[in-house]
This record gives sequence, C-alpha cells and structure tokens, in this order.
Amino acid sequence: MKTQEYTVIGTRPIRHDGADKVTGRALYGADFQMAGLLHGFILRSPHAHARIRRIDTSKAAAFPGVKAVVTADDFPQVPERLVDLGEGDTPLSYARGNVLAQGKVLYRGHAVAAIAATSVHVAEEAAGLIEVDYEVLPCALTAPDAMREGAPILHEDLKTKEFGEQTSRVSNVAEHFRHVMGDIEAGFAEADITVEREFNTATVHQGYIEPHNATALWNNDGRILVWCSTQGAFVVRDVTACILDVPVSRVKVTPMEIGGGFGGKIPVYLEPVAALLSKKTGKPVRIVMSRKDVFEATGPTPGSNIKVKIGARKDGRITAAQAYLAYEAGAYPGAMVASGAMCVFAAYDIANVVIDGFDVVVNKPSTAAYRAPGATNAAFATETVVDEIAEKLGMDPLDFRLKNAAKEGTRRADGPKYRRIGCVEVIEAMKKHPHYTAPLGGPNRGRGVAVGFWFNVGLPSSCTISVSADGTVNLVEGSTDIGGTRTSIAMQAAEVLGIPAESVRPTVVDTDSVGFTAVTGGSRTTFATGWAAYEAAQDIVRQMKERAAKLWETDAASVTMERGVFRAADKSMTFQELAAKLDQTGGPVVGRGAVNPRGVGGSFSGNIADVEVDPDTGKVTILRFTAVQDAGKAIHPSYVEGQMQGGSAQGIGWALNEEYWMNGSGTMMNSSLLDYRMPTALDLPMIDTVIVEVPNPGHPFGARGVGEANIIPPPAAIANAIYHAAGVRMDRLPMNPPAIMEAIWKQRD
Amino acid sequence: MHNKVRVQTTINGEPQEFLCEPRQSLLECLRDILGLTGTKEGCNDGNCGACTVLMDDRVVTSCLVLGVEAEGCQITTIEGIARGSDLHPLQRAFLENAALQCGVCTPGFIVTAKALLDREPNPSEEQIRLWLANNLCRCTGYDKIIRAVEQAAQEARA
Repeated sequence: MKTQEYTVIGTRPIRHDGADKVTGRALYGADFQMAGLLHGFILRSPHAHARIRRIDTSKAAAFPGVKAVVTADDFPQVPERLVDLGEGDTPLSYARGNVLAQGKVLYRGHAVAAIAATSVHVAEEAAGLIEVDYEVLPCALTAPDAMREGAPILHEDLKTKEFGEQTSRVSNVAEHFRHVMGDIEAGFAEADITVEREFNTATVHQGYIEPHNATALWNNDGRILVWCSTQGAFVVRDVTACILDVPVSRVKVTPMEIGGGFGGKIPVYLEPVAALLSKKTGKPVRIVMSRKDVFEATGPTPGSNIKVKIGARKDGRITAAQAYLAYEAGAYPGAMVASGAMCVFAAYDIANVVIDGFDVVVNKPSTAAYRAPGATNAAFATETVVDEIAEKLGMDPLDFRLKNAAKEGTRRADGPKYRRIGCVEVIEAMKKHPHYTAPLGGPNRGRGVAVGFWFNVGLPSSCTISVSADGTVNLVEGSTDIGGTRTSIAMQAAEVLGIPAESVRPTVVDTDSVGFTAVTGGSRTTFATGWAAYEAAQDIVRQMKERAAKLWETDAASVTMERGVFRAADKSMTFQELAAKLDQTGGPVVGRGAVNPRGVGGSFSGNIADVEVDPDTGKVTILRFTAVQDAGKAIHPSYVEGQMQGGSAQGIGWALNEEYWMNGSGTMMNSSLLDYRMPTALDLPMIDTVIVEVPNPGHPFGARGVGEANIIPPPAAIANAIYHAAGVRMDRLPMNPPAIMEAIWKQRD
Repeated sequence: MHNKVRVQTTINGEPQEFLCEPRQSLLECLRDILGLTGTKEGCNDGNCGACTVLMDDRVVTSCLVLGVEAEGCQITTIEGIARGSDLHPLQRAFLENAALQCGVCTPGFIVTAKALLDREPNPSEEQIRLWLANNLCRCTGYDKIIRAVEQAAQEARA
C-alpha cells in the first residue's frame, strides 16, 4: 500500500466551533429567539391504537393566551406521492400522518393537535382542554404479535409486497423480501456442524441529549422560514414543502447547532406544524419536545425477532448461512430491515445464503435510523452463533472469523461484490492487541469478541470556498456538524491548498446559501462533503495557477503548486502571497465543488470485551473494552476515536440496559432518562481504540465513513463475554440482570 | 394569569434582578428571561445534567430549582466560567482532548467538573467518574471527557 505524506490530513487541529461550544455561546435550535415568538405545544395520543371519532378544540382556542389550534385537517389534502425522507422514499400520507394523526392514532404519543400560545405553560394548560373522542382498538406491539393471523391491523390499505410483487393481502407485513445465493440445502448438507438460534431485541432510542425543536415563521411574503435541529436541512425543506403543498423554493431552513442525532434527527416532526401555527397567527412559533415526547413520539430503532442458522465444516469453513429477520417498523412501513439484511452476513465469505426480511408495522413510534440502522440487531444474532460454532469446533473465535472473512471480490447475498475492504486487517489487529491475550484476573469473568460491517453511503454534497486577501479561505457547506465535521471537511481543503487547517473557516449555512447537500448520516459527511471541499479547493488551485501565470507572464499549464507554493521556472510565490494579489489579477477567486460520489468504502469494526457477571444479581460490569475499526484514512484521528468510543458506549447501553419497556396496552413505562438507563461515566471503562487504515480507493484521501460501524459489534461481543464468564448463551437484548438471572436459573434446572 | 415575582440574585458575579412566574424553573429564567442560553435543557426532570449550574457553590440541575429560589443566591453558569477572554483550563482541555462532539452536554460537564476541581484538585479517575455521573453524554463514551478533566487538574496543580 502506497503511503502518502500529508501535512494536514491525519493531524488533530482544534475544532473551528470549539470556543463557542465550551463557553455556551453556540446557538442550538431551542436557543433561537425572535421578536413576537409564540410557543407551541403538541397534544399526543394516550392510546397505542385508536380511531379518532371527533376532536373539539373550541375550549382550548378560547383559553386566554392561546393564539391558534391546528389538527391534521388544517394540512392541505394533496394527492398521494412519494417523498424523499433523506434515507429513502415514503408515501406523503405517511409522512404527514406521522406529523399530525389523521383518522387514527397508531402509537401512544402520536401527535393529534397543536396549540400556539404566549407561553409554553399556557399552551400546555390549554392542550388539556382539547376534547378527543377515541374509539380504542386492540394493539400489536411486537413483530411476532403483528404477524399473527387475526392481529389488529394498523393500516387497512396496507397490502404486503412479496418478493418485489404487490399482493392483495392486507396485513401488518409491509414487505417480505428474500436474498438467495448459491444452494442453501447443499451448503447445509456439506456442514459437519449446524447451529440455529432465535433472538429477540428490544426497541431502543438514539438518546441524543438535545430534544427535537423547530421554530417557523410563515412570512408576509409567503416564504416559510424554519430554524431547527436537524441532520439534513434540505430534507426538512423538502418534506415541509411537500406536506404544506408549496414549492421547495418557498421554504428556507436554517440548521442550528445540533445536540446529537445518530439518525434520529433525519425525520421531520415539528417543522410543518410550527409553520401551520405561524400561518394562523402571523407570528414565529417555536415548538420544543419534552424528553417524554422524544421517547414516545420520535423514531427509535426497531425491535426485532431474528433466526440465524449457520453450518460449517470441521476445518472451520462456513458452508451455508440462513437468516430470518422480522423488524418492527413502528407505526409506518420502513423498518431498517433492508440494511439489516445487507449486513447480517457481511463480514463473511459464504457461498450459500438465504436471507428473508420482513418489514412489520406495530403500534409503537415510527422507527428511524440509529447508527448503522438494522445492523446491530443482525450482528448480535450472527456473531453469537459464529462464536458458538467456533467454540464447538474448538477453534479460536478470531481464527474462525479470519478463515471465513470477507475480502476484495467477495460477493454479498444482496448483490454487491466488495472492492478493497479491511475486514481481515481489523480481525488481525484484534488478534495482535495485547488485550486479546491479557489474563482476565478473577472469577466470573469472560472475554468476548465480535465484528460488524456497515456499507456507508455517498449522496450529493456541495461546497464553495472563497479566498481572502490574507491567505485564509472561507468554506461554506451544508452538512450539519454533529461531531466535528466542519473541521474534518476543512482539513481536506487545507491539504489541497497547502495551508493550515486553522486558515480555513468553515461555516454550515441555510438551504438558500449552498447547493443541495444530503443528510449528515450514513457515515457520509467527512467522505462526501469532504470530497466536495476537495473539489472546491482544486478549483481554487486551478484559478490561482492562472493568476500566477498572469503575474509571471507565462501560461497556466507551466505553473505548479505543491504544499501551498506556486512555482514556474525560477519564480515562486506562497498561497498567501498570491492571495494578496487577486484584485490586480482579475478579482476574487471562488471555488466550487459539487459531488455525488460513487466510491463509497464500507467500514468494518471489531470489539474485544471483558466482563464480570455477578452470579447472585446478574449484573454485568464491563472491565475492559477495545474497539478496532477501519477508517480508510483517518482525516482527524481524535474524531475517529471519538466516533469509535461513542458508538461503543451506545452499543454497550443497548447490550446491557436500554429498552422500551412497554406495558400490554402500548405505553412505554420508562420514558424518562432516569428509567431509560443510558450509560453514565460510572458505568464504563476507558475505551481503547485501534484505527486500522486500509485506504478506500474511491476517495481522494482514502477515507471511509467511520460514524456507524462501531455500534454494531458491542452487544454480540458482550453476549459472548457473558457466555465465557457465566456459561449462558444470551438470546435477547437487553441482557439486564433479570434476563441474565433467568438464563442462569434455567441452566441450573 | 399568574402574578410575577421579583427575584434579586447574583449571576456570574453580576447583580441581577428579574421577574418570573412562581412556576418557572431557574433553567427557564436563565434561558428565556435572562438570555443565558448556554445552560441547556435535555430532560427537564433532573436526569441528564445538561442544565447544571452552581448555586452558592452547590451543583444543581437548574430545571429542578424554581427561579424564585435563586433569591439572594450566587449563581454560576457556563457563561461565567471563562476568565475574561481566556478560556478556563477545563474549557481548553475539553478542546485539546476532543472531549465534545455535538457539544450540547458540554456546558453541564464543564460546570460539574469545575465544582469537582474546586473541591478536589487531585481527583482519581473513579472520583471524576462518580462526579460526572451527574451528567449524560451520548456522543463520546466519556473517555475523552475524563482525560480532559485529568489534564485540567494536572495543569491547575502545576
């Protein structure tokens, strides 16, 4: 592998928005202020499934301080069409129906009506005066429940799509698809050992600390101005325009600083409602969700029912693998089961595969992406079965994985053939790590390993760069910065221009001020928007060579630029010197970059986890945790480590504690941050990181996205560690003390 | 309508006087009345720590304190941590250690960590973790936050 010397890429500059974020000056969505601001509140359904017979808002509307009340009837009724939600298309009626319920409520917390008032307390009080007459219906809360014959039907018009064909069968199964490769029966016949297990995983939430918020002003010129916390300002613009039935050019979205997203801040919930309230009142309206609203009414990640069967020969070669993935979409179709199916066996080179996926609607909030959506559930199942087979064959679990690892040219059952990937390198780095052979140091302790794969996405990004006379540049881009991407993008421009990262000032702007840029998601921002910045910087270099040529009275083709120095024959000039001479050589220099990159490189990650299981209480303590991931090329290594550590922590929470604990009528019983127990500083050890760099041939600097793959292996690695500590194979998430004790008691009987 | 109450208090060393409804939390007063939006709301029930402030040197979640309770108190918010135009060593350490990603929990962490270092200039990792268990971060896995606090403590002792 060619190693290239970089001056900026691979260094660790301080983030450009750093000072604002440590002094409290950075403005997040809920910090936005405007003269005449009204406060919105959303009335939500107390039932998981009910028909709305009647809504009477008259008493609420008459309450002092209330300025407007809206329901779904206030939305323009436009013909059905598909809208792009940022990570896939959905029928407009679903997008609109999730924003304000029409006819039926499909989950507890489903928005029913909204109020704008002079204060949020007045709005909340008045919401209590809205009378809603519900006909409560039985509910279906899990995939197996909802797939049963005679289960309550959520959408009377939803007919199952099977193997790509529309059937006439009305059911909660929106889609059943199948990937087939090779001959599954022959594959299992060839196996010396076959292990088949069933797994259930609970619904979990992304758990970002900042609740959703939106402020909208329906301006007097007819334009709709929105300030909000979102992973994709252009998605908010497009979905809001669709729901309100106005051209996209009428909506301007300004993304404020965002307090975490992890996929959960891609969907649109509040913006069209705030806009409607603003239209009715002529004033800006701000709506901020409560934490309970965030849990009950935004998109968590699907719970799932999974069966995985894997067969292998005595020599350790996997001969066949079969998966059944039934994912809970929540109220509307779109469980992340397609991506689960892409990832379920993605780490392995297997000739004979069948994967069945089921997208199942249930009476829970409509699910959204959550960091490698669908893949963590699937890997929990696969990596647990793989561990069991390795154990039964008497093989080291990493050697077993290495023997079957996917590599360049391996075909996945869903179609794609891998380009250069780092699966083998990640597993080798795990094997080499001192953690893997360190003594466990006590009883009731065990070590587990697991790997995970996420394919990453490309999608469009835009960027412009203008050169200042002092030799610095202003970089304008449209990707919400959730974890330091202003800097990782600026660094790529700085590398091209041969100037320090600090000489690039990146700004994330509104939808009027930059070309279309897709969501911050799919681990794409450093990869794709970074590439747009790379292109914009190349454009600048090209133009500045022309300026140098003009000054030196030569032709631009004879001018070179390396590390910020322009040269032709015996003449040379630094970027900074030339930047001071732009006015006399033709005026300002502005570069542009607009990309829709195809060269996406998937990322593999792996974990080594040591746990101690208390045999009396079932409590699991994480003693040591190592995360390994292929970054392609780490643009800013600290931020790569940060992604790995953050994804690990979320995966550990998912493994051990987190779940939507639902009662039989569909109420989440733990909808606070006290009871929905996310890991605290006291629950985790330091998280050791190893960045593997197998350059992505599809990116100018070799970068792969690193945001997501890190959440995939933790639950399986911990499950395998629990097995080696306590002798029980866990088949459900979370693996909390009751689940562990139940497994231990069952084993004793 | 509710009668408003006059509250006299000291915020970040400056005397402050404001009117609030008796039901308004200190968090609301800081953010909506005084414009100090550096203190964040993450849960409004005392569990996330994003709204942490110091009240007469006690660490409190300002969503669980009423505005009227601030009467006569000394309140320190994130806006009062920097020393003029110089960052506080904790703020610098957070930046140098990449101890924030989205940054929305950062004000609360810095305020809690300051209270810890004011009391215990040489905290162990376990002590830092115990104190910071007051605050939730969903982005970092805490590793770099712990290291930032360790570095700030070390620098303060040097």
